[in-house]
Amino acid sequence: MKAVITVLGKDQTGIIARVSMLLYREEVNILDISQTIMGGVFTMIMLVEFSRAGEKFALVREKLNALGDEIGLEIRIQHSQIFDAMHKV
Amino acid sequence: MLEFNDILQTNKMISEQKLDIRTITLGLSLLECLPGSAQGLPARIYDRITKMAERLVPVGEEIEMEFGIPIVNKRISVTPIALLCSGVDPVLIAREMDRAARAVGVNFIGGYSALVHKMMTKADRALIESLPEALSSTDFVCSSVNVGTTRAGINMDAVRLMGEVIKKTAALSAGQDGLACAKLVVFANAVEDNPFMAGAFHGVGEGDAAINVGVSGPGVVSEALKALRGQPFDQVAEEIKRTAFKITRMGQLVAMEASRRLRLPFGIVDLSLAPTPAAGDSVAHILEEMGLEAAGGHGTTAALALLNDAVKKGGVMASSHVGGLSGAFIPVSEDIGMIDAANAGTLTLDKLEAMTAVCSVGLDMIAVPGDTSAATISAIIADEAAIGMVNSKTTAVRIIPAPGKRVGDEVVFGGLLGRAPVMPVHESSAQNFILRGGRIPAPIQSLKN
Repeated sequence: MKAVITVLGKDQTGIIARVSMLLYREEVNILDISQTIMGGVFTMIMLVEFSRAGEKFALVREKLNALGDEIGLEIRIQHSQIFDAMHKV
Repeated sequence: MLEFNDILQTNKMISEQKLDIRTITLGLSLLECLPGSAQGLPARIYDRITKMAERLVPVGEEIEMEFGIPIVNKRISVTPIALLCSGVDPVLIAREMDRAARAVGVNFIGGYSALVHKMMTKADRALIESLPEALSSTDFVCSSVNVGTTRAGINMDAVRLMGEVIKKTAALSAGQDGLACAKLVVFANAVEDNPFMAGAFHGVGEGDAAINVGVSGPGVVSEALKALRGQPFDQVAEEIKRTAFKITRMGQLVAMEASRRLRLPFGIVDLSLAPTPAAGDSVAHILEEMGLEAAGGHGTTAALALLNDAVKKGGVMASSHVGGLSGAFIPVSEDIGMIDAANAGTLTLDKLEAMTAVCSVGLDMIAVPGDTSAATISAIIADEAAIGMVNSKTTAVRIIPAPGKRVGDEVVFGGLLGRAPVMPVHESSAQNFILRGGRIPAPIQSLKN
């Protein structure tokens, strides 16, 4: 299953490194990354893939939330279908 | 790859504009509970509900977590109980429905209902007369009574009875300002697949079970219209259609996902703009965004007509089956903009009645003085049913004659039910009109003028 991770908040060093490390440890593959600063806010979107259909989703979500709390950023992970449904006809 | 801005837009709709799935409702036929002893019926109903709805709440929570979209309510609607309760005290069934709802963790269970648009069976009458006790002695049970249709006319005996029932229901829940009345809807042209409460029931044209999903999102529409200030209505309608399309696509996805995971057929998506008392989640504010100083002022009916129609047009292409009540809801106590307008005196019962001719349902969550007579409430119901009957649309009345309250007071229900300013009703009596009883014949469907 594919999922979208969004990271929003104050820019600081090591955001991409820490999120990627977490995903690497949980065996989640990164398919695409875009990152920019929008109105002074660090904004990153990652498309990732879980090798075994969503089995670890809840665990990864929990760890990403914990990381977000630790470094003061808002991190969400969502099934990518929601965006396809809404924005692609 | 998905577009960067599309992803951010979706998440902004959810986090800032209060976009949510308002309800996943499991529609459940109880007809298979009928064979067997009458005394055993309530227990068989409890067993069927708890068995079929066992995984509803966990699956709803799972989808909520994976898709990152709040699913505010998980609910159940069942076959109108009046079709089943011959020879059984219906209150016993209401109590088992309540116990079953508590056991599976849903917010509400609807279908303690009777369809009496032409005439009443003994069971229909027994169920209607049981409503004050059933609704005031349960927490989750919701009821609806259909008193008229375009094809059958209006059953004025039922209308009279409902005025009395609403008064008694309010009196039995006087300690909570008549809260039990918030769980009772009087319909004309009721629909069989509505997932929204209090009026949900699983109609006889339905199958054994179905997953019906209600989406919401007035905040998203208001926000989209902010960029169009001063622009002509053509653009307003286009923008609402586009927004409704996106919202409904999300509802369709969630509905299909819930249907797949629960292994139950998908029924419909109901694309209603359902407000909540939270700031930024108001239908009244959409009307004001169109250029009105306050909801209820002149121009409100036209604004609401455009909104209701554009929401449907945008939504129908986004879902394989659109149904339910689809459109814009205007419950007064559940919409901060409506509450403000009613407090300011701009929004009156008469204007609301006009608005119901073009919105998706009717007079909804309206508190009136506690000394309002049963005949006046029946007359309000008759007016509303007449609008539905003649215009071939669903209309409804959910009214709370709040015991001991007067115009200017406020009734607080809490949660999604919000708070309602007590609104004035006309003082003139409809007693002799309501006492007539009988039926108002079905209207002619040609010579439309």
